[in-house]
Amino acid sequence: MKKAEQKNINKNLLKTQTGIQGFDELTNGGLPAGRPTLVCGGAGCGKTLFGMEFLVRGATQFNEPGVFMSFEETNEELIKNVSSLGFDLEGLIIQKKIALDHVHIERSEIEETGEYDLEGLFIRLGYAIDSIGAKRVVLDTIESLFAGLPNQLILRAELRRLFRWLKEKEVTAIITGERGDETLTRQGLEEYVSDCVILLDHRVTEQTSTRRLRVVKYRGSIHGTNEYPFLIDESGFSVLPVTSLGLKHIVSNERISSGIPVLDNMLEGKGYYRGSTVLVSGTSGVGKTSIAAHFAEAACKRGERVLYFCFEESPNQLMRNMLSIGIKLEPWVRKGLLQFQATRPTFYGLEMHLAVTHKAVNTFKPDIVILDPINTFVIGDKEFEVKTMLMRIVDFLKANLITALFTSLTSGESAIESSDVGISSLIDTWLLLRDIELNGERNRGMYVLKSRGMANSNQIREFILTDHGVELREVYIGKRGVLTGSARIAQEAFETAEVLTRKNDIERIKREIERKRKALEARISTLRADFESEESEAVKILETEKEMIKRLEQDKIEMAVSRQADIKKQRRT
Amino acid sequence: MKGISIMGTKEEKQVREATDKWVLRLYVAGQTPKALTAFTNLKKICEEQLDGKYSIEVIDLLVNPQLGNEDQILALPTLVRKLPVPVRKIIGDLSNTERVLVGLDLLPDS
Repeated sequence: MKKAEQKNINKNLLKTQTGIQGFDELTNGGLPAGRPTLVCGGAGCGKTLFGMEFLVRGATQFNEPGVFMSFEETNEELIKNVSSLGFDLEGLIIQKKIALDHVHIERSEIEETGEYDLEGLFIRLGYAIDSIGAKRVVLDTIESLFAGLPNQLILRAELRRLFRWLKEKEVTAIITGERGDETLTRQGLEEYVSDCVILLDHRVTEQTSTRRLRVVKYRGSIHGTNEYPFLIDESGFSVLPVTSLGLKHIVSNERISSGIPVLDNMLEGKGYYRGSTVLVSGTSGVGKTSIAAHFAEAACKRGERVLYFCFEESPNQLMRNMLSIGIKLEPWVRKGLLQFQATRPTFYGLEMHLAVTHKAVNTFKPDIVILDPINTFVIGDKEFEVKTMLMRIVDFLKANLITALFTSLTSGESAIESSDVGISSLIDTWLLLRDIELNGERNRGMYVLKSRGMANSNQIREFILTDHGVELREVYIGKRGVLTGSARIAQEAFETAEVLTRKNDIERIKREIERKRKALEARISTLRADFESEESEAVKILETEKEMIKRLEQDKIEMAVSRQADIKKQRRT
Repeated sequence: MKGISIMGTKEEKQVREATDKWVLRLYVAGQTPKALTAFTNLKKICEEQLDGKYSIEVIDLLVNPQLGNEDQILALPTLVRKLPVPVRKIIGDLSNTERVLVGLDLLPDS
């Protein structure tokens, strides 16, 4: 396996790492080793800096000394200019790791008479290379020679010889060239340097500038062909190709509360994943910032550090506004757990925002980053750039296991799911806030549009801002559809009334039956009483009758006695 | 202002007359045909124009490469007029005598 790899490397073009952030990933290892590379672009696009960083990184990181031959800036100017990027050129010169050579040609001083060549330049460069054993060379900007030397024929022939000579010297060289009107360079240097051509560009769209880099050509190597935005900041040049960051970040299973208990419940009762990216989107005034503030407060209460980028409100205004819903952010700012970064999106270009974000995150080392809101970046038709920028922010934050919460304003007309700067695919948990307009009032509804890696609730909750924060209520879902706000309250009242009526009905029926039973029982007792009186009457009659019979017999006997009949005898017999 | 500038030119003239010596440097890289042609041409022009009041220093950059930096030498051969000031540079094999004279400011224009 290793042998095969070795072979592969030998077969492939050897490359020299530039050490420029992102560039080596983009070109699969850097510039072609031992060959000249042309870096071209307009004025102020960063050619000199690209070359200088190539040398400084080479000297400091790869132990490859370098020669910088400048045809424009003097050595003092160069040292001063790059010290603002944190490069200590003077120190490197003393250590003999970098040699600066300022070549100055004054057209007015020079008279041309007959044949000549540029051997002097060769000797000079060769001397500089040999004096420090340089492996890297930058010629910035060699086209100045065309202004100083009138004979173009000689010059072109000599340049061709120079590049061949550089190859023979086996130094990795960068030749910078000013961009021409229709060609890559004004003097057609691309004719001579044909191994690798890099184009730098500095474009201004909608009053904000974006720097871009493109590898136009790279003989014998695969390379990224897109235009990649790059930035120049205090730490130098950085190209951040999206693909170079990759999707290899570590993930966490830890869950962190959103600061709103009901929302946590909607997310398996645990909240967001640590290191995930949360998007809160919705139309204006639905409470996106409130959700963000809740999250920030909850994190600070856990003792985590929160970096809050606000692009629309000043920190003070935001804190005041959040106080009205009972979220106190100010103490956390004083404790140093919460930091605000407030800038207008239009203040500088996208890559500068990216740079600022990077820097702020690297210095503050937050656990949570909030960007509120992200879509203000979209000015004009820069949606793609914004997307790539956000993608880079997301990747960067994920790589550092920082939980990110973005808010995004969606306009009322456009489709809610599509408008969010096209970054939906980057988002892990997406909360959607929406207006529900019904019966002449506007209410807020919230639901979880998606949440990767958890069983989230699919219910729309009514979102209410109270003086003690955000409250999420179950919305009314009944036979009359989804109801919110006063309609929900009315419906609930109506239902309570209905239930009450039902209960009353039952009571009434119960009472009726009771009454009936009582009536029945009364009747039964009356009948019994009647019967009893009748019965006693009958008994009385019967007794009277018996009495009568007795008396009649008595009478008979008495009669017989009185007639002295044989009654006795008869009786005796 | 005017007075000063006039005085300046006067002084310059005085210096030129006082020293009255031309210091010339010819930069070459080895004994190339071009270098030899340049030297021959220079010698001839100096003899004709400067009447012995000159010195020529030939610097071979192959031997002393660091010496080229002082005069910002790129093209070879290069003739540098060190004195009288201002410094002048003439590149090429000096085959065009008229151009050389223009370059050295030796044309009888004044």
